[in-house]
Amino acid sequence: MAFQILLNICIALIWMLLRNEFSGVEFLIGYLVGLLLLFVLRRFLRFDFYFRRVIAIFKLMFLFTYELILANIDVIKIVLSPKMDIQPGIIAVPSDLETDWEITLLACLISLTPGTLSMDFSEDGKTIYVHSIHVPDKEAAIKQIHNTFEKAIMEVTK
Amino acid sequence: MTEIIISIFLLIGGALSVLGSIGIIRFPDVYGRLHAATKSATLGVISIMIGTFLFFLFVEGIFVGKFLLTIVFVFLTAPVAGFMISRSAYRVGVKLWDKSIQDDLSGHMIHEKKQTQQKVKT
Repeated sequence: MAFQILLNICIALIWMLLRNEFSGVEFLIGYLVGLLLLFVLRRFLRFDFYFRRVIAIFKLMFLFTYELILANIDVIKIVLSPKMDIQPGIIAVPSDLETDWEITLLACLISLTPGTLSMDFSEDGKTIYVHSIHVPDKEAAIKQIHNTFEKAIMEVTK
Repeated sequence: MTEIIISIFLLIGGALSVLGSIGIIRFPDVYGRLHAATKSATLGVISIMIGTFLFFLFVEGIFVGKFLLTIVFVFLTAPVAGFMISRSAYRVGVKLWDKSIQDDLSGHMIHEKKQTQQKVKT
């Protein structure tokens, strides 16, 4: 992956030299041309086209933002309701992710989603302890974490 | 037209910050308060930053990358700060709210304490 990015930047530099214009816009155009070349040649290069991962990263960021907005609506609803009808508690969420990097990302994602806040890890990093405002619907929360977030993170790292 | 969009962003940011502060007062315990502090404050700051960025871009005609960097760093630091505060609060022994239903972490903490004691003995 690192090699491909380097190749892409090299193509962009060559493009800039050929055009004899040294500006950010020309670099961007060159980068896009290089991207297109790599995409066309992806079957001969003996490795995956790296831009698939970049798209996955953008998907993850979009998911992040969407969940953050939902979480805010949720918090505002609770704050503005005259009675505090919340049922908080700490629940344990098992996770299938392996490396530290992935689990950190998952914890951040959990913190910014509606009604949940990651609090602690177990020692082997397989369980995340999450503070939830609505404990009765914890099954739905765990399911969402498994199906949506872990999948999105896996797409980036695998 | 651009001014209207910019003002909408700024107003949303301000309103979210105010609501987050009200939430910090209204929630019953530390952990609930962190919910309000991490979520509302993050989106509030991000919204204000986007408004400021658009203002400089369209009204003044300057591209200011610092604002985009601010958004990235707020995104990175807010969840980590919430995580560290709640973790250390639990370890210091801050109680959960009386009406809390479930506490899965207490068993884990007892287990951890035993292990450290054993390590000290051996």
